[in-house]
Amino acid sequence: MKRDLHVILNLFASSSRLQKKRAYLTIAAIAWGTVAILLLLAFGEGLKRQLDKNRRSTGENLAVMWPAVTTKPWKGLPPGRRIRLRSDDVDFVRQRMPELKSVHGEVTSWRTALTYGRKTVNGRVIGANYVYGEDRKHYPVAGGRFFNADDEINRRRVIFLGDELAKDVFGDENPIGKTLLVNNAPYTVIGVMQHKTQMGVYGGPDATHATIPITTFKAQFGRDQLNVLVIQTQRPEEMKSELKKLNSILGPKFGYDPTDDRALATWDMVKSSQVTKNILLGIQIFLGIVGSLTLLIGGVGVANIMYAVVKERTREIGVKMALGARRRWIIAPFVLEAVVYTFIGGALGITIANLLVAATSFIPIEHNRVMSFLGRPTLSPQIGVITSLILGVIGLLAGYFPARRAASIDPAATLRYE
Amino acid sequence: MAIIHMEEIRKIYDTGKVKVEALKGVDLQIEQGELVAIVGPSGSGKSTLMNLLGCLDTPTSGKYELGGQAVSGVSRDELAEIRNRRVGFVFQNFNLLPHISALENVEMPMLFGGVRPAERHRRAKELLERVGLGDRIDHKPTELSGGQMQRVAIARALAMTPDIVLADEPTGNLDSTSGSDIMSIFTDLWKQGSTMVIITHDSALARRASRVVEIHDGRITADHAAAA
Repeated sequence: MKRDLHVILNLFASSSRLQKKRAYLTIAAIAWGTVAILLLLAFGEGLKRQLDKNRRSTGENLAVMWPAVTTKPWKGLPPGRRIRLRSDDVDFVRQRMPELKSVHGEVTSWRTALTYGRKTVNGRVIGANYVYGEDRKHYPVAGGRFFNADDEINRRRVIFLGDELAKDVFGDENPIGKTLLVNNAPYTVIGVMQHKTQMGVYGGPDATHATIPITTFKAQFGRDQLNVLVIQTQRPEEMKSELKKLNSILGPKFGYDPTDDRALATWDMVKSSQVTKNILLGIQIFLGIVGSLTLLIGGVGVANIMYAVVKERTREIGVKMALGARRRWIIAPFVLEAVVYTFIGGALGITIANLLVAATSFIPIEHNRVMSFLGRPTLSPQIGVITSLILGVIGLLAGYFPARRAASIDPAATLRYE
Repeated sequence: MAIIHMEEIRKIYDTGKVKVEALKGVDLQIEQGELVAIVGPSGSGKSTLMNLLGCLDTPTSGKYELGGQAVSGVSRDELAEIRNRRVGFVFQNFNLLPHISALENVEMPMLFGGVRPAERHRRAKELLERVGLGDRIDHKPTELSGGQMQRVAIARALAMTPDIVLADEPTGNLDSTSGSDIMSIFTDLWKQGSTMVIITHDSALARRASRVVEIHDGRITADHAAAA
């Protein structure tokens, strides 16, 4: 083995070199393929990360339930009964399911007149529990805050605005501390939401609604029948069993079959995010395959050149065979040569791709509608490993097949004539 | 003891449609220390015989022993090993590797034979000095004359101290002076005890051999001690 290596390295060092131009072209083809695969994978990775971020911006480990109509008979009650939840039921669920990270209810007033000075805008107003701010990632811009437990208990007239809504009403003015009329009742603006790109939406984007304490909502609008009930689990894998438990608790209380999953129309975000992840994985695999094919063309170039080299060196190979070279001593230097070209091309491609990816970081993502969904191309260690593996395999194959032809040369036929 | 022992050797080239019988039953014995010239017109089968003698090819049928070792039914790598240890080749067109030095050319068989680098270097240098090229060891073949190239090839053929040196028209590409120099080297080596087989149609060359084997149409037609 050691001897083999010694002989192979010696032969590799002493075999005639490829013409430079050919070598450069081959290396360029491999570099191009490497850049293609890396950029495609980086694009996929960036897309994945951005979508993941956008998905999380609604909130994590959430399930949203709309009280609806029963579809199964239950203890003598016919199907088709409407289920109604009230703000008290939020406390009931909290007591019976203390293991949940949080529970909140939401009440919605659509097309509500929001007036500041002489300007009136029709907007959505949500009444919610104070935990909503954290659950649903309504993070305030510096200088503001979301409403807290005190606000909720004391039914304070405070309002937190989505960033787009705030801009509609206040323009460039800073809304914080200003008084906003909600259906002619004065509210103090206590915060504006930080801009976020949101994937999962129910009711409407968070940027276009205003949020007030659910108690205040009840006082002003005279109703607290929940539009939605939202639960948040500690971990994503708990969601399925927690939803089942929730129905087994609410079913007897509201008179519906706990196995009737239509009584509360449920959006399990954990489940749907898994679907998104699978789609993204599919996109990444697709991009990877497209990139690999480009790289494969580079590999075919290397193989092509290696065949030409074998042809050029036929006599050289014949001489070595006559002098007693074994089959593997003929094969290995060719494979090594192909691997070296692939390696140099690959290294070059990786460098170029890194520079290009670094260059995209100068494109701003915030407030750029395309970029905020596509994300920024990102190179990860996994991408590096995958690309290196593909390069390695292509290099080996591109060397192996021509080398096998070299080893099949008949020395007797090559040595005699010029 | 016979270095080369051939019995009823046949070689048929089958090119699909046409079968060409290049050797039609050759019996040949070559003893240790002989200088044998094999002569014959082109197409007589002497090249085929050379390939078989040098283990570059295997016979279709017949028995061939080289230095007491049967050369049939062995793998390609074993055949390579036999060539490496038992046969030294000298070709009409030298067949040196053009991009490496004379010294590295001579070292090549020893590289395959597993000789250590220091020993390779020492022996290659010694052999090149022996053929009168001690001052040219770092020259590439392209920087050498035809006669010098053939001397490098002879040094290379001797590198593994083979049982037999096979030379195929060794003077065919050389002018008469260089040719005669090369022939002198061969006779010197012969006098020092090497066994040599020279394939040629140069009668002047053949005359300097101890034995001349004539081959014609795939058969040995004459085998006699040379006039010398």
